Order: sequence, then structure tokens, then C-alpha cells
Amino acid sequence: MNSQMNLVENGVNVEALLGARAALAQAPQAARFRWRATSRWMNGTQTRTTIDGFHGLGGEQRHRKAFTFDTDHPEIFASEDQGATPVEMVLVGLAGCLSAGVAAVAQHRNIQLHAVAASVEADMDIQGILGIADDVRNGFGAVRVHFEIDADATAEEIAALVAQSQKRSAVFDILANPTDVHVTAGKVAS
Amino acid sequence: MNARRQANAVDVVVVGGGHCGLAMSRALSQRGIGHVVLERGAVANAWRTERWGSLRLLTPNWMTQLPGMAYQGGDPGGYMTASEVAGFLSRYAARVSAPLRTATTVLRARPSGTGWRVETTQGDWQCQALVVATGGAARPMVPASAAAVPSQIAQFTALDYRRPSQLPDGGVLIVGASATGLQLAQEIQRSGRPVTLAVGEHVRMPRLYRGRDIQWWLLASGVLDQRLEEVDDVERVRRLPSPQLIGTPERAALDLNALQHHGIRVVGRLAQVRDGQALFSGSLRNVCVLADLKMNRLLDTIDNWALTAGVGDDDAMEARPAATQLPTSMTTVLDLKAHFRSVVWATGMRPDHTWLDASLRDRAGTLRHEGGVGGLPGLYVLGQPFLRRRKSSYIHGAGQDVAELALHLTAHLSRGARDRIATHGIAPRFASATLFH
Repeated sequence: MNSQMNLVENGVNVEALLGARAALAQAPQAARFRWRATSRWMNGTQTRTTIDGFHGLGGEQRHRKAFTFDTDHPEIFASEDQGATPVEMVLVGLAGCLSAGVAAVAQHRNIQLHAVAASVEADMDIQGILGIADDVRNGFGAVRVHFEIDADATAEEIAALVAQSQKRSAVFDILANPTDVHVTAGKVAS
Repeated sequence: MNARRQANAVDVVVVGGGHCGLAMSRALSQRGIGHVVLERGAVANAWRTERWGSLRLLTPNWMTQLPGMAYQGGDPGGYMTASEVAGFLSRYAARVSAPLRTATTVLRARPSGTGWRVETTQGDWQCQALVVATGGAARPMVPASAAAVPSQIAQFTALDYRRPSQLPDGGVLIVGASATGLQLAQEIQRSGRPVTLAVGEHVRMPRLYRGRDIQWWLLASGVLDQRLEEVDDVERVRRLPSPQLIGTPERAALDLNALQHHGIRVVGRLAQVRDGQALFSGSLRNVCVLADLKMNRLLDTIDNWALTAGVGDDDAMEARPAATQLPTSMTTVLDLKAHFRSVVWATGMRPDHTWLDASLRDRAGTLRHEGGVGGLPGLYVLGQPFLRRRKSSYIHGAGQDVAELALHLTAHLSRGARDRIATHGIAPRFASATLFH
């Protein structure tokens, strides 16, 4: 492991991450996390989703505070545009996940970052969700991410940071690979 | 079970008559240690019966050597076929006068008394030390999604694939981008069966670099001598797929660019088979970028070494292989029945250690070891990927591993003999010797 002095400061506690990796390799049970969100329909296409607690390290955990996110559709869909569209929230997740990965990998590799900017775009043919064409999928046809990174590193080292970040990214995996999604419903007693 | 079954007594039982078992036999004979080499078939059985027809070594002939025998033929830069390897090993077995018991399959081995009990189809052996040399590629690993492939589609593994004509006419999905996956993709596509290749993480390497075989550079620059303690994550390097190389007389490159040029469709890692559809990962671009970056880092290492060592001519500096090209639009879903008549799983191989007592194996069923020394006194394993150093995977890597483990084994036997004399038959304590020096 790289044990040279750490002069680089990207604000990522790599020692803690590596410690967690070593500890969790010995305790796979604690590594099983469960992320949760609860939502409430507001009106029209607007929904408010709250993120608060989650499960991990063998017990219940809480964020420092609850976070709420409103999603809606834009006015061109005759909606009120009270928030980002749900598909745009997916882009929020991808940008956040890959950028966090770039910072963590840079810290581990002793690369000082000065700026990390990502632009994320996703193609979607809405004939799918509108049921116009059966052979068009609902989701993204393709997703593109472009990073502009200012760092004390060569272009090749920067490319390697971004590649390693994708390799270890949860949201990248969620988008790139299939996941079993199980949805149930219950009727509220009146 | 009848624990009183008659057993032959011998100091050491070596299981497996391949290059590792034979090299260990030579080392033991030189020390005057009594032993037998048990072999389920004939010498080099896997090379004779479990490899596809066109397979050649990934290393050139001049590298193919074992302690006391080097390649003597007239084509040092060529690559041996599987049957040539079998011939080479048969000559080696004769040269080292290996005490072979062929057509002897080991059924079970377990700790017994102060040593080991080995049950075979030809009687039992009781020994002080057991050397497992049954090879690293004996059991094909097939992902769980194989069970979801529609029954009309024929399935093969790298172990039972022999030649393209064995496959039904029509499309072939090859899963895996190791040397095996790429080699099979190339020859099956050439047979007229359209191939789709599912590509996960892989290791890319040019066959030739700066006018020499890449294996020459890896050996000369010391990369192949890299030892266990020099790598960050041993488990990861042991799981690495074999480098995308092929040994052909024309020393051709084998990579995803070449395959696509021949019309092979490249898709991402096979993530899942669902409702008869194969779903491929969207990670293909990134795994190709990773492989290109790693290849270029390796070539940087070689360039730096060449500069320091004064080897090669800078003017002759070769252009790097082109970055892996991929189509602008990628396939992520294919209906299996609509596109394929067969699937070939080139998804890796494991050793077969299922005959060893379960307590000695890890969760994956493979013998636990540290640099070839097993978890109980007198147990050794050879011929595994990165057993002690990077070259352990190759034939020429066996010599050093065998020399070091034979030393450990000899110390074990003499310690056992001392303890038996001193304590009249009480089991010797395992003094954990330092493996590395």
C-alpha cells in the first residue's frame, strides 16, 4: 500500500475508507447497507421525497438532517415544474457518485485536485414512455459524462482517475447493469 | 470407512504428472527423498485431452524450460502446440526418471496421523508430505446465468470446446475476453459462424513490442519476477484473466480492434439472462479504457527499463497499439434464440481441489495456501496463478517455485523425523517458516 507522506488534501479521508475496507472484509454482515427513501405525492406530477435514515454497519443510521427533494415535470409537459424531473435526479446521482470517486481515488493516489467539473447528458426518446413505439425503451438510450479536471497530474493520470472512479461507482453500476426491481402496493384502509 | 485399509508408505506423494509435478519429482530425487507421482491419465493429461485443437502456448519456445531441460528444437521464437507441450513433458518425465503411477486417480486426501492419507483408484498411500500439482485450469467457471439460457442453445466451456465444427451453424455468443475468449472468437468467426464477444475486464498486450516478443520484455525487465509481497492485492492479481495473446507463426496481434475488423461484434460483460434475453453491461467503454491505460503503463515500464538497461534503439521506438475502438452505438440487449445457436463460456478456470479434505479449502473450493504452503504441515501446492511470483502461471515459472518449496518440504521432513525420534511418535509441531527471503 502507498504509505508515502500525504501532502495532498482533497478533503477525502482515505485512511478511514481503507480502514473500513479492511474491517468490512472481516465482517461482511456490517457491509450490507440498505438505502431508503419515502415519498408523498403532492399534486399533478409533483412528488416530495424525503431521505433520512438508512441501515448499515450492522445498525440504523441517520443523516445529520432529513433531506427533501421535489420532483416534477417541466411546463412543456403541462406541469408546474416544481422540481427536477425524476430522470434528471438520476443524473444528479451519477455526477455525485463519479465526482466523489474521482476525489477519493485522487487522494489515494496522492494527486492534488483543483477543480472537477462534470457535464452529464442522457438521451431519451419519449416515444417509449408515451407508448407510441413498442421497440423504444422507456429509459435512457445512452448516457454521456464529460469531466474537466484541473489537477497536479498528467492527462493519462487524470484519465486513469476517471476510469477507476467508474469501476468503483455504485450509480454507474446501477445504470450500466440490470437490477431486480420489486414494487408492491397496498390499499389504505378508509 | 475402513481406517485399517492397507496403504503403501512413502515420504512424499505428488499428485499430478504435469510440468510442476515432474519438476518437483526431480527436486525430490536429487535430495534422495522417496516419492511417487500420481497421474490420473498419462503425463501431461490436460494438454492431451482437455485443450482445444489450435491452442498454442502464450510464451515462445525459448522460454519453455524446466529445471534440467530447455527447448532444443529449431524454432526458438515459435509457440508450442498442446501436443508439442505433451511431448516435451513426456521427454522430461523420462529424463528425470519420475516414479510415475499413471492411470491412477486420486479420490480423496486427508490428514492422517503425522502425515497424509491419499486414497486412489489403485490403492492408498500414507505419506509425510503431499504436493498438489493438478494444475490451475481444471474446472471451468460458468456464471449462474448459464442456467437461464434457453435449452435450444448449445453450451460449451473452454474445457470441452475442441474446434469450430463442433458448434451448430449460426451465431455464437462467446463470453469472456481472456486469451481463450479472443482466440476462440477469432477461429469461430473464421469458420463462418458470426461471433458476438461479451467483454468484461481484460488484460491487453501486444504480441510484439519494439521488435521483440512481449514475453521477452516481461522477463528481461523483471516484471515476471514480481513477487507476492510486491503487489497490493494478491487476490485480485490471482483472478486476472490471461493476457490477450495468441501464439501464431506470424506472431499476429490479437485484440478487440483486430476482432472487430474481422466482423466480430463486441458487447459488454454479460450481466444477466432474463426472459431469454442477454443483457450486456454498459461498462464496455470503461473496461476498454482501463485495459488500454494499463497496457500503456506496462509499456512505459518496459521503455523505462530499456532506457536504463541500454537495451534497444530509441529510434526503433514503436508506435503504441491504437486505442480500442468501439462502435458509437452499443448493443446492450440481444434475444438469445434470435441471434445464437450456441454459447461458449470462456469465463475462467479454477483448480480442481475437490478431492482434498474440505477443511483445507476456501469458500471457492480451492486449497488455501500461502505462497504454495498449505494450511497444515506437509501440504504444498504448485502451478497456480501468481503462486509466489508473476511467472508462476507459466511453465518456465515452475523451476523457482519448486526449488523454494522443495527446500521447505525437506525441512518439514527432517523436522518430522527428529520429532518422531525425540517423542516416539507424537505429531510434530508446525513451525511456520518464513516463506520469503
